[in-house]
Amino acid sequence: MMKRNRIWTLFSSMLLISAFTFGGGFVIVSLMKKKFVDELCWLTEEEMLDMTALAQSAPGPIAVNAAILVGRRVAGWPGMLAAVLGTLIPPVVIIGTISLIYAQFAANEWVRAAMSGMSCGVAAVICDVVAGLGKKVFKSRDGLNIALMLAAFVLTYFLKVNVVFIILGAAAIGAVRAALSRKGGDAA
Amino acid sequence: MNILQLLLAFLQVGAFSIGGGYAAMPLIREQTVVLHPWLTAAEFADLVTIAEMTPGPIALNAATFVGMRVAGLPGALAATLGCVLPSIAIVSLLSWLYARCRTGKTMQTILGTLRPVVVALIASAAVTLIQTACTLSGGGFSLAGCLLMLGAFGLLQVRVKEKKFSPILVMALCGAAGVALHAMGWM
Repeated sequence: MMKRNRIWTLFSSMLLISAFTFGGGFVIVSLMKKKFVDELCWLTEEEMLDMTALAQSAPGPIAVNAAILVGRRVAGWPGMLAAVLGTLIPPVVIIGTISLIYAQFAANEWVRAAMSGMSCGVAAVICDVVAGLGKKVFKSRDGLNIALMLAAFVLTYFLKVNVVFIILGAAAIGAVRAALSRKGGDAA
Repeated sequence: MNILQLLLAFLQVGAFSIGGGYAAMPLIREQTVVLHPWLTAAEFADLVTIAEMTPGPIALNAATFVGMRVAGLPGALAATLGCVLPSIAIVSLLSWLYARCRTGKTMQTILGTLRPVVVALIASAAVTLIQTACTLSGGGFSLAGCLLMLGAFGLLQVRVKEKKFSPILVMALCGAAGVALHAMGWM
């Protein structure tokens, strides 16, 4: 019974998130963090960040990748299917309808006004998520982590380096760090 | 026949686009404008606008749009399915590996190093969105958009009886505010 509820909640949460967010994968991931980490406490913040890195590095839509990872983690294979279906239904229904009248839709000033209003809300939500996550990294007082965060921001925002390379680079630094700490552990 | 072609075309898009919707766009263009006579260049430009301005993942929006125009609802379903099947296969494998290796010491260090980097990537997306929110559709600084965004941010910090406002509710309110501001000539 518990499990059934979880699967339903997964499905309905992803349905709502997919139906109301636009602007790419990181927006949807931020919304998922708010829902599954902050509100439902199904995942830790660390897990959500790990899954974001995985979703971003794998081929395919980031939102779908994240839905697969979260769904499987929370409720196994049925959870994965529920989360993916929830993510897929809104675009099929919304675009399926709009594609018939898309020229009028795109040109309509009221639609545009609602969309630009919503884009302000989207920006606010993602800033809220970033503020929470960023504060934690600074509070950790881990110099290397803070430096990596700042460096990654410069690389992606100012230098437009491909995100996949940034993630692979950070993973390589992490591997070196792990090897060094093991050596240090042996010496001590 | 078209249905099968749609499925195969979007399987390739799903399997080779790393980095989300914007990375998928050139691949979608290749499949729909160059390799198959499904869209004209102008229609593709419309597709990009529509995929961006409607909710949902950008690549899925594009797949549905193309499928719908080529072969109606069955086409939309085939293109969407093609787009997500590679993800399901590859990410399921990653998810299994993650569940197995997550607790290892080396993996913990690697993941611990990756997390602040992911925060930076989300922050970069946030800055881009702030710029969009504060820009008028014709270009130039939008004071109304900027204030609306700050208001929404404020609303997200409010707690009523230990509970915060749902982000979806805040976004829907912003959409309504956008319409109201436009009616008053401010947006």
